[in-house]
Amino acid sequence: MSKQKTSNFSRRGFLKASSLASGGMLIGFNLFTACKPKAEMPIDISKLNFADFNAFIKIAENGMVTIFSPNPEIGQGVKTSMPMLIAEELNVEWKNVVVEQGGLDTENYTRQVAGGSQSIRFGWEALRQTGATARQMLVNAAAARWNVDAKECTAKDGVITNAAGETLGYGDVVKEAALLEVPENIELKEPKDFTIIGTDATNVDIDKIVTGQPLFGLDYKEDGMVYASVLRPPAFGQILESFDATEAKKIQGVLDVITIGEKARKLLNSEDPAWSVKLCSSDKVVVIASSTWAAMKGKKAIKAVWKIDTPLENSENHNKELLSLLDGKKFKTMRSDGDVKKAFAQADKIVEKTYESPFLPHNCMEPMNFFASVNEDKVRLVGPIQTPEALATSVSTLLDRKLEDISVEMTRMGGGFGRRLYGDFAMEVAEISDVIRKPVKMISSREDDMTTGVYRPAIKYRIKASIKNGEITGYQLKEAAVNGNMYGLIPNFFPAGAIENYQVDVASLKSNITTGAWRAPYTNFLSYAEQSFLDELAEVLEKDPVQMRLDLLQKVKGTKDEKIKYSPERLEGVINLAVEKSGYRTPKEGVYQGFCSYYCHNTHVAEVADVVMENNQPVVKRVTVAVDCGIVVNPLGAINQIEGGVVDGVGHAMYGDFSFKEGEPDRNNYGAYRLIRMNEAPKVDTYFVKNDLSPTGLGEPTLPPAGAAVSIAITKATGNRIYKQPFIDNMAPKEIIG
Amino acid sequence: MATFNLSINGKSHAVEADADTPLLWALRDHLEMVGTKFGCGIGQCGACTIHIDGNATRSCLLPISSLEGKEITTIEGLSTDGSHPVQQAWKEVDVPQCGYCQAGQIMTASAFLETNPKPTEEEIKVAMNGNICRCSAYNRIQKAVAIASEKIG
Ligand code: FES
Ligand code: FES
Repeated sequence: MSKQKTSNFSRRGFLKASSLASGGMLIGFNLFTACKPKAEMPIDISKLNFADFNAFIKIAENGMVTIFSPNPEIGQGVKTSMPMLIAEELNVEWKNVVVEQGGLDTENYTRQVAGGSQSIRFGWEALRQTGATARQMLVNAAAARWNVDAKECTAKDGVITNAAGETLGYGDVVKEAALLEVPENIELKEPKDFTIIGTDATNVDIDKIVTGQPLFGLDYKEDGMVYASVLRPPAFGQILESFDATEAKKIQGVLDVITIGEKARKLLNSEDPAWSVKLCSSDKVVVIASSTWAAMKGKKAIKAVWKIDTPLENSENHNKELLSLLDGKKFKTMRSDGDVKKAFAQADKIVEKTYESPFLPHNCMEPMNFFASVNEDKVRLVGPIQTPEALATSVSTLLDRKLEDISVEMTRMGGGFGRRLYGDFAMEVAEISDVIRKPVKMISSREDDMTTGVYRPAIKYRIKASIKNGEITGYQLKEAAVNGNMYGLIPNFFPAGAIENYQVDVASLKSNITTGAWRAPYTNFLSYAEQSFLDELAEVLEKDPVQMRLDLLQKVKGTKDEKIKYSPERLEGVINLAVEKSGYRTPKEGVYQGFCSYYCHNTHVAEVADVVMENNQPVVKRVTVAVDCGIVVNPLGAINQIEGGVVDGVGHAMYGDFSFKEGEPDRNNYGAYRLIRMNEAPKVDTYFVKNDLSPTGLGEPTLPPAGAAVSIAITKATGNRIYKQPFIDNMAPKEIIG
Repeated sequence: MATFNLSINGKSHAVEADADTPLLWALRDHLEMVGTKFGCGIGQCGACTIHIDGNATRSCLLPISSLEGKEITTIEGLSTDGSHPVQQAWKEVDVPQCGYCQAGQIMTASAFLETNPKPTEEEIKVAMNGNICRCSAYNRIQKAVAIASEKIG
């Protein structure tokens, strides 16, 4: 496999330096763009201007390195792994690096998006280049002091050494270094020389997490802050007609009852308004109180009358309509190779199956919440959000305020899974604070969170394949999904490129249920459908399912198709590793193994699930995962992500169920909504394919194959194929044994 | 509103609130102790777990009026510096993903190990089953409880 080459990537003007008034050197940098020519570097550490810079590095006179990044943490470990990239090239010891969440106490900043799986991929070059440039400035300063050529000096563990063996610590030269010109295109290390990348680093917030210190949006508090609880329409399609707040106002601690929604409605006129706008544009009743509990009680005491605006939807109808879309002709073709029609017409045998999935809520452990303080000068927003820039823009329109007046500060997030890409809850609280002109925090109850959210859309796939002379000659995938369809390169994932006649068609059903990204959008269910189908095809063809995939991959090797981004060689690598480590070729009595391999979010994964029968029920005991994500920056964090993705994938495939009756969600809390728990969580064994390729993300790619591997293992255990999620309702054994 | 005297982490606190206010919200809103988390409010997820006289209890369903004379321990009081064996094990294993559920997990684990310092794998699973981790860090939670048990023993 080819070595990744040293960077030749030009980063002109992406970094600036200053000497801090309190001592030490400060470096400000931008990840993806050059710094604005006018961007001034602060000399006061409390005045970090994240509007102009993505992040700062402070090198103190005692040699300690502090990285200030406003990049939030949603649980994917990027707050730890990204600074590791800087430290690697800066040549400092990881124990002397402190990472601080920036963004607090600043006027405003932009361009910060936490898309976990992507962060490490995009930051890989830029962050190392930043560290290398800073190191070179320090080396240059030391060389100047010694009056020697910088080339004769080396830097290691925060100490610079010259040819004569003299040494200077980074802290000794920060003053001069800060004043030097910024060197460009510094050469980066070869992977074999890494000392920090590839080593285990513990989550940088670990001490605060285990001692319960304030970190999350829900923990944020300011003097004079009040609490808000929002009564939203109980059913999608309803609007507020009237309400009676008499009882609510009698509750101790309730300060006021207001309505919001009018301002957001103005935004609806824009072309194609975002879901967040749609969610916050209906009239809502808001209870303002002196405590969360009073606000929640107040909300329960509101008597509201709702009327129907658009028809109330039922999942039963969604199901019928999605199936009739699959039966119909209203498709858009996303990829077409050869002639599937002809292949089907000439086939010896046709296999066709339909796979179905429900809506799913995100259920972030920390319910949606946000803080806002709106006054004549400023609009300050603080909380857990993945898209602060978009939020600032929409609040600017919403409240008709200049963008410069708006600041968004990010807290640590108690889970994201896609939900916190949508800023509806933050827009709501901005409108609330605009009305009451007080600092206020909106807190959703779990019921609010689960029933008035954004959902993974219900989707159905129909896959049809033709077989001729023992080979797969044609393959057609049809998708019918609520509100939108698969996008980007998904139609070009495996087995695209491996089958001569191949077609992907999509159709969409419009609904007023708000839907959106959910951990590994589309592939979270598509993987199960396709991989289960391939397993069934292997059975029909009387082929070994692993060998059948390896044979198909042979046909993709050397492809000239630019849209095929998965690598057949890398998929082969993870397949062989998973097969070897799981003992797939040497099955144990009573253990049923399901195999799946998948590529998404630039990472190649293979998984084998082990299922046993206990009390005539299939139980998932273990999942063996082989991952090729290039260089593993922080194995300790990476394995955590992988284990989480697998168990989450198993959990939602087994138990995740959510539907609508008369526009209302059929469950509203963890009592009725079943999330996987410790007892049901399989043991996850993780193995990496080792190579020197650029790192790819891990937040998402291990989730999609998990459901597929489990469904195949259950099929072996029970004799029944599963065509519907959740599996728990569809996995009864063929014959009741015993 | 009335005043309730609560003994939390070895100190006495006067809380002025409605009698039905759950301890969870008294801690978070009135006493500035935000380590105890809100997850479901119906006793299903364990994010709000604290100790009452040493027993792991859900604070989201516990009115403050029922707590006078009881000794309450929250995550902030488990140790002042994160040195409790369970916290140590959590750090060693690097358990958290988003971290939101972890205070509750640690409180459940620490009370459990008091009653059963040498649990089997199966006993750990049963004891921790009431605490949801939406990030599904279950493999590591289980491992950390086992390591904490060694540290205690
Ligand atoms: S918040 Fe108390 S159990 Fe969930
Ligand atoms: S670590 Fe995120 S919920 Fe447990």
